[in-house]
Amino acid sequence: MSLTVGLHHFLVLSAILFSLGLYAVVTKRNAVTVLMGVELILNAANLNFIAFGRFLDTDLDGQIFSVFVIVTAAAAAAVALAIVLNLYERIKTVNLDEADSLAG
Amino acid sequence: MNIPFYDILFYVFAALIVSSAAVMVFSRNVIYSAVGLLFAFFGVAAIYVLLGADFVAVAQILIYVGGILVLLIFGVMLSQKVTSVDIKNGAVQIVPAILVVGGVLFILIRVLLSTPWGAASGRNIQDVDLTAAVEPTTQQIGRLLMTEYLIPFEIVSVLLLGALIGAAFIARKDA
Repeated sequence: MSLTVGLHHFLVLSAILFSLGLYAVVTKRNAVTVLMGVELILNAANLNFIAFGRFLDTDLDGQIFSVFVIVTAAAAAAVALAIVLNLYERIKTVNLDEADSLAG
Repeated sequence: MNIPFYDILFYVFAALIVSSAAVMVFSRNVIYSAVGLLFAFFGVAAIYVLLGADFVAVAQILIYVGGILVLLIFGVMLSQKVTSVDIKNGAVQIVPAILVVGGVLFILIRVLLSTPWGAASGRNIQDVDLTAAVEPTTQQIGRLLMTEYLIPFEIVSVLLLGALIGAAFIARKDA
């Protein structure tokens, strides 16, 4: 891997971003921070779409898909935050470990 | 010797992204996490510009920074006691998580570096000149959205409408 920027550099950057997001999703107790981790993962996926589109493709399919991902992420964030607000309304916490009333 | 401005810009923004994402992940304060996420989103937008994706870069700033991040901060403010020290953001199971995520990252990077990208399509990724001028993409994206991708575009529009109405309904106090 040379120092001059190529496809590998973008892919490795995206992998690091994905790993940080995954770490936030599996360790954080606050529901809003878990959502932030999901957004990081979606950004990593978008970065891959655009990098592959630039290097391996002549048209803009990758960029179109990343636009769709951004829209879906916005929808997901809106619904997830509505759920978080409802959770707080009902059990007065956003700690995911304490939201266990469905556990037997 | 010509200075590789492109490479310098890439490394600067990559460092910005990784460090601010690390702040987001490892900070114990939710507000600091949100600010870290802000800079990570800006850095990713800059990387999009370096890849010639101007429309997606602007959409990233408008939607992520202007929309999703504001929504997240609203979520933080509305769901905890901001004035007290209760705005905590602790982590659980740190050691197993670091082991698993480190393993995933290691395998990902090994696979990424050893795969012959472009072999299937017969293109050589070394041929791409990143510093070459690229055409503005907005017009072509608009045309593709109205022709080839019209059905996915309409479906995602309806999905967004439904999700927003549903979110507003769920978040109502008397729902």
